[in-house]
Amino acid sequence: MSAILDIASWALLVAGGLACMVGALGLLRMPDFYTRIHAASVSDAVGAGLILAGLLLQADSLIVALKLAIVGLLIFLTSPAATHALARAALHRGLEPWKR
Amino acid sequence: MFAAASAALLAALALMLVRAVLGPTVFDRVLAMNTIGTLAVLLLAVIGFLTGRPDFLDLAIVYGLLNIVGTIAVLKFFRHGSLGE
Repeated sequence: MSAILDIASWALLVAGGLACMVGALGLLRMPDFYTRIHAASVSDAVGAGLILAGLLLQADSLIVALKLAIVGLLIFLTSPAATHALARAALHRGLEPWKR
Repeated sequence: MFAAASAALLAALALMLVRAVLGPTVFDRVLAMNTIGTLAVLLLAVIGFLTGRPDFLDLAIVYGLLNIVGTIAVLKFFRHGSLGE
């Protein structure tokens, strides 16, 4: 049982790290600010969710699991709000979306 | 395996730091800073498990709270030109 839990946790951690790297690569390579927001949300949502789920499988006490849940809730509530405020501020300041 | 996850997070942080330095507009820099904050929270949590000291999770929570406050304050400043009365 413990081995299965370890394997699942490792798979989640590696997938989360991969998602974070994909998001970072997109943030570097995308042509425009509004498309970069999309790339950043990959590492914010998928990467954070997978890594926190992988850590949650390794938690050995209730308080650690609770703290991980609080960290996850914090990221999932504040990251979309910050991204939305960012896009609105950019549009309000007249930054043109990218066209071919 | 925690070490592999932290290495991936560090590589992602390095790429985002490049974007924060290059970024043509100020919004690119703020976006990179916000994502760096999120990744730093994750890195703190993973390092806590790597070294067997789950107390690092408290630091992760505090850093997440500081990150959102910083991002919103910077955005309010650049949108309205002041932090409000």
